[in-house]
Amino acid sequence: MSDPTRVALFATCLVNLMRPRVGFAALKLLEKAGFQVDVPIQQTCCGQPNFNSGDREGARSAAKQTLEVLRNYDYVVVPSGSCAGMIRKHYPTLFDEGTPERKAFETLSSRTHELVSFLTDVANVDQVTAKFDGVVTYHDSCAGLREMGVKGQPRSLLSSMVGCSLKEMEDPEVCCGFGGTFCVKYPDLSNEMVRKKTDSIVATDADCVAMGDVGCLLNIEGKLHRDGKAVPAYHVAELLAGMIKDEAS
Amino acid sequence: MHITSDKFKSLAHDAIHDDRLKNGLMIFEKFLPAFREQVIGRLPEFEAMRDQARDIKDHTLSHLDFYLARFEEKVLAQGGIVHWARTGDEANEIIAEICRGVDAKKVIKSKSMVTEEIELNPKLESEGLEVFETDLGEYIIQLRDEKPSHIVGPALHLNVDQVSDTFYEAHQKYGRTERVVEKDALVGEARAVLREHFKTADVGITGANYLIAESGTIGLVTNEGNADLSASLPNCHIVVTGIEKVVPTLDDATLLMRLLVRSATGQEAANYMSFYTGPKRVGDADGPEIFHVVLVDNGRSNMVGTEFQDMLRCIRCGACLNHCPVFTSIGGQAYGSVYSGPMGSVLTPALTSITQAAHLPNASTFCGRCEAVCPVRIPLPKMLRHWREREYEAHLIPRAARWGVGLWAFLAKSPWLYRRALSIASFGLGLMSREDRAGSARWVKKLPLIGRGWTERRDLAAPKGGTFLTQYARQQKERR
Repeated sequence: MSDPTRVALFATCLVNLMRPRVGFAALKLLEKAGFQVDVPIQQTCCGQPNFNSGDREGARSAAKQTLEVLRNYDYVVVPSGSCAGMIRKHYPTLFDEGTPERKAFETLSSRTHELVSFLTDVANVDQVTAKFDGVVTYHDSCAGLREMGVKGQPRSLLSSMVGCSLKEMEDPEVCCGFGGTFCVKYPDLSNEMVRKKTDSIVATDADCVAMGDVGCLLNIEGKLHRDGKAVPAYHVAELLAGMIKDEAS
Repeated sequence: MHITSDKFKSLAHDAIHDDRLKNGLMIFEKFLPAFREQVIGRLPEFEAMRDQARDIKDHTLSHLDFYLARFEEKVLAQGGIVHWARTGDEANEIIAEICRGVDAKKVIKSKSMVTEEIELNPKLESEGLEVFETDLGEYIIQLRDEKPSHIVGPALHLNVDQVSDTFYEAHQKYGRTERVVEKDALVGEARAVLREHFKTADVGITGANYLIAESGTIGLVTNEGNADLSASLPNCHIVVTGIEKVVPTLDDATLLMRLLVRSATGQEAANYMSFYTGPKRVGDADGPEIFHVVLVDNGRSNMVGTEFQDMLRCIRCGACLNHCPVFTSIGGQAYGSVYSGPMGSVLTPALTSITQAAHLPNASTFCGRCEAVCPVRIPLPKMLRHWREREYEAHLIPRAARWGVGLWAFLAKSPWLYRRALSIASFGLGLMSREDRAGSARWVKKLPLIGRGWTERRDLAAPKGGTFLTQYARQQKERR
């Protein structure tokens, strides 16, 4: 007897293009939690780049495509606070109140979760079996923290890993300077922000930095690497799913 | 209101590399948020107060005409005079006319962002008046002929040495020929110089934190007491403020005051929180005989009823600036407007034009920290996004960016093309990447086109093994 609950993994563009391993880590974690997970092949972008560039029409058409792909699932799980926030917080606001369309988006919104908070708050996972021998410092990605309420969940699952301990950096809740197209439109500013962030990370002496969004991850990781700082950066799912053991850490 | 926000990029660049700025910015970035957190930690009803404040402001804004008319009626009944200024120029002319009417030679001012907005000082000086700012920070930047860098701490971008130089030069004419370098001594010197001006000024100009409709009272909050001297020593007191400052009752004003001070400086109460109702009455020991209130619109009423109305709730505490990672990296002057940070980036385009202020709404990561701390819960990121929508609609964004956005929307509704495009991008990034020394990972060191901004000071970890959707589809096939 399989669980009749239908769960879709919405991978997001950055996972799809830049960090496929995060998608597989999410699948592994969800399957371990007892779900049968689909990855709908027709999924595309949630439309956030359009939404944040002022192109509401483009955002709406992306939202409609996403709704078509995801409407028949009981849960939609997203390994990104930012894209989950787009579906959960912003999609309904793109459509007029009281319309059937709005209603459909409200339903989709209520079924959409960020990966780690889904594991802890919906699937009641309170520990993982993966190991990590070392100290992890966790960066709170903005949308995960402020739109999706992700704060304690990743920390509690990371702490449940054998060998893993947490050390907080200074100002973990301050933005890393990624900001979608912001990072290429205002590179000086973005660089100054990620410089401060990576300084705080390095100051912890942690063995790695973890976070819940691939946008911040690429930014922080790319800055650390360019500056010759040997601190690896991981999506929290990669750690929780035990997918980094073959790397020097 | 003159702005130089079109130079935002180069001003921001210079600010990032200005080491003298760093200490001042540290006060906003580290100290003020920590003070605020401590003080609200001792006030369990803080969140409920924020809801209440938002509701009071929303109610007042939807009956703005009613409460302003009531305020005027009450001021008139006390013997004061109310003036309505549609624009900054109108306001300046009204104020100049009042000064002429009392044959004024010297004007003292306490801190008022609205008078910065309407550029009152140059107007009064052109009329031959001597104008002295009396808030210490405003006094310093007036001497240096600068714009405020923060709505609460206007001179915090300067260090002690710079202030010392400024006073040394400016105070020679008062016979103060010795250079003063200690902080306390500098404050003492400014106090001594300003005290003489307080005693001899003909007109005192203040702003207002609140206009209380039920009694025609104005509320003022300061830490230096200079507003109280400005309001009560000269024979003529002119209040200059924006129309959105009106609240129905004294209770409403005190609620806002409790939120304002905690949010602004992390104090439980400001040193001076004063209320002024009309001119000196018969039997009063002191106070001005002439009392004017100049209510400035200057673009505000155009925001009522639009997607920007919530911005009029702003009580000018500066918490959004102090918590903004962009502001704390560059300071306020880079914004090219007297209103900086998140609130300034929403307000400036409304008070000038989005064409002139095009950069400001874009220079944000939408991190949301501003909204999280705003005492009146203004959805600042949402409003910045609304400005971006106006820019997009008006074709104000660069053509290449617009083209990119359009292409992306097309890909997002075309799943097959989307998968192909991402696969090509994945392959392309692979070609551009090089193996690192350990041989364990591939990095892109230089990206073309818009990606250049990324690789100027960052690397990009290249993807491995094709896109997730491709790899997943392959796995599924193998399993079957």
